Amino acid sequence: MTWLLSGALFGLAAGTAIALAALFGVWWERKVAGRMQMRFGPQQAGPAGILQTLADTVKLVLKEDVTPNAADPRIFRMAPLLVFTPIALSLLLIPVVTGWAPLDSSVGILLFLAVPSASVIGVLLGGWSSGNTFGTLGGLRGAAQMISYEIPRTLSVMALVVVAGSMRPAVVMGAWRWWWLPLFAVAFVIFLIASIAEMNRGPFDLPDAESELVAGYFADYTGIRWAIFMMSEYGGMLATGLFGAAVFLGGTNGLPGVLGALVLLVKAIGIVTAVVWIKWTFPRFRQDQLMKLAWKVLTPIALVQLLVAGAVAVLWLR
Amino acid sequence: MAVEVESTRPVIAEDGRRVDELVVNIGPSHPSTHGVCRIITHLDGEVIVKAEPVIGYLHRGIEKMAENRTYLQVVPLTDRLDYVGSMYANWAYCRAVERLAEIRVPERAEYIRVIVCELQRIASHMMGVGSSGADTGAATAFIWAFEVRERIVDLFDELCGSRLTYNYVRPGGVSMDLPDGWIEKCREVVKWAPERLLELDALFFGNFIAGERMKGIGVLSEADAIAWGASGPTARGSGVLFDIRKNDPYSVYPRLDFRIPVGENGDCFDRSRVKLLEAIESCHIIEQALDQIEPGPVMTAGLPRLLRPRAGDAYDHIESARGSLGVYLVSDGSPRPYRMKVRSPAFCNLQLLGKLAPGHTVSDLVVILGSLDPVFGEVDR
Repeated sequence: MTWLLSGALFGLAAGTAIALAALFGVWWERKVAGRMQMRFGPQQAGPAGILQTLADTVKLVLKEDVTPNAADPRIFRMAPLLVFTPIALSLLLIPVVTGWAPLDSSVGILLFLAVPSASVIGVLLGGWSSGNTFGTLGGLRGAAQMISYEIPRTLSVMALVVVAGSMRPAVVMGAWRWWWLPLFAVAFVIFLIASIAEMNRGPFDLPDAESELVAGYFADYTGIRWAIFMMSEYGGMLATGLFGAAVFLGGTNGLPGVLGALVLLVKAIGIVTAVVWIKWTFPRFRQDQLMKLAWKVLTPIALVQLLVAGAVAVLWLR
Repeated sequence: MAVEVESTRPVIAEDGRRVDELVVNIGPSHPSTHGVCRIITHLDGEVIVKAEPVIGYLHRGIEKMAENRTYLQVVPLTDRLDYVGSMYANWAYCRAVERLAEIRVPERAEYIRVIVCELQRIASHMMGVGSSGADTGAATAFIWAFEVRERIVDLFDELCGSRLTYNYVRPGGVSMDLPDGWIEKCREVVKWAPERLLELDALFFGNFIAGERMKGIGVLSEADAIAWGASGPTARGSGVLFDIRKNDPYSVYPRLDFRIPVGENGDCFDRSRVKLLEAIESCHIIEQALDQIEPGPVMTAGLPRLLRPRAGDAYDHIESARGSLGVYLVSDGSPRPYRMKVRSPAFCNLQLLGKLAPGHTVSDLVVILGSLDPVFGEVDR
């Protein structure tokens, strides 16, 4: 009974965190993008328009939930949750306070990298079950892309694991030293690029490329189900920001309690801002160029980085 | 790069459908069709085997409508042809009427026409370059391009009270003289614009991914551009040095000093970038015209309200933002045109889509369509 209760609590916490991240993330993105494009972004609802996303969410919840005639209804309705749940779960593995993570696992890093990959099933099924050619193309693109970028992403984080000597995220965060920054600069860039590709954001937003596939795998979704897809995207951004800040940028810097959590959050927002900045600056890749980048550029570089990290660990640290 | 499409034997399912190809209907309502174009694409994987543009969704019968209106009443109709560059259609039509009715246009009116049409060229090309950005996913390039367009549209707003359909160029001149202080404002804009355009060039065309997406895509050779009747930036992107402002000079263009930018490779990148370079060149043209313009009348004196040109026909063409825009008018001596035909560059350029797209992917299709820069008001008429 206890595990059920704690599971429900953790699920609620992760869901709330993602909802808050989406509320803040959408507003932040619109503000940042607005400034880049000589606009203001939302302004009217609340101070600096911060309540705009809340109003939009209420609207989305109240909208009709449409299932197209051509769709496979059961799978169609389930797909958004299949995308959302793994990302929510991965969020629980991140150490948000010095020495503590909601789910403290000794293979936390492996889990963090592996669990969100399950959301590729949701993307594929969502696109396929819509019974729409645009959705199908988007789902197929998403599957190929997300699986490919798993590899450089995992390899780049493995370099850290080799040096830290542990897969427990809290331990890796504790082992952080300033010289990790120059040593893992390349790994961090690869992690960032691969993570952007993982969450299907620009310049890697091919599965839902607006100018080509309209909205790709979620073209036929409406209301709250559409919102769940969007929330997963922002949840992925939050997870990337927090995890990147925790293991690559020193996380809480050993500061206790809330203070450390705040330091971590500021760093995470910095990463999220970089993700937004990249999206609103770059054009979009094409499918073959995307694959080329993953397999011919990022993966070899990540392997070299892993080798360097291994050499440092063997020759210097021991 | 284009992929060789293997001609495999068609795979037919039990119910008689062909299953080795996926037929995707892009449009008529799609973010990247630049209006209402429908493209039936046959895909092998994501590679296009055949792309067939279907047009006519915006057909309003403007040429037919013109037959029931007086010559002056047709001008607002021409606004609705190329609604991104209304001034051109106004001007092309008015030139045909003036040729038919043998009207001489005052010099100041000719200068004003050149100034507004070059401003229109910048505004229209900003739409073209910006939508190339939007098609490749660079939303910021789109908005940046629109900043320039916005300032020009503001100038037009002050000039004739309208931001999209101007009805400004009229047979015999222009509808009204420049407002006070307009020349200074215009000078300010054309002085400021080239800097912004170069910034846009660096942001978008200087970007590595934009190069990857557009270089070598939809290559149109010089010979093909001529053979398919391409004109405007589409032809010049392939290195065809053809511009009516130079090849068949009209109005006061011979008195102005300007260059015609041409591309080298004939790919989407060149077709789009030529537009940006042309816009910069237009700024120089406007500066010169503003220096040379002198006070005087802007409308031919003693023009009757109801024009009754002699029976006969006349054709005249100008270089619009999209290419060679021509209007052919037949008169039977009555106050209404007997027949009007518009040679629209967007229509002639759009036919290239079916030739350029096969072998590329769906992602490239929207980029190719964007680089051809069709405006469907003009394609369908």
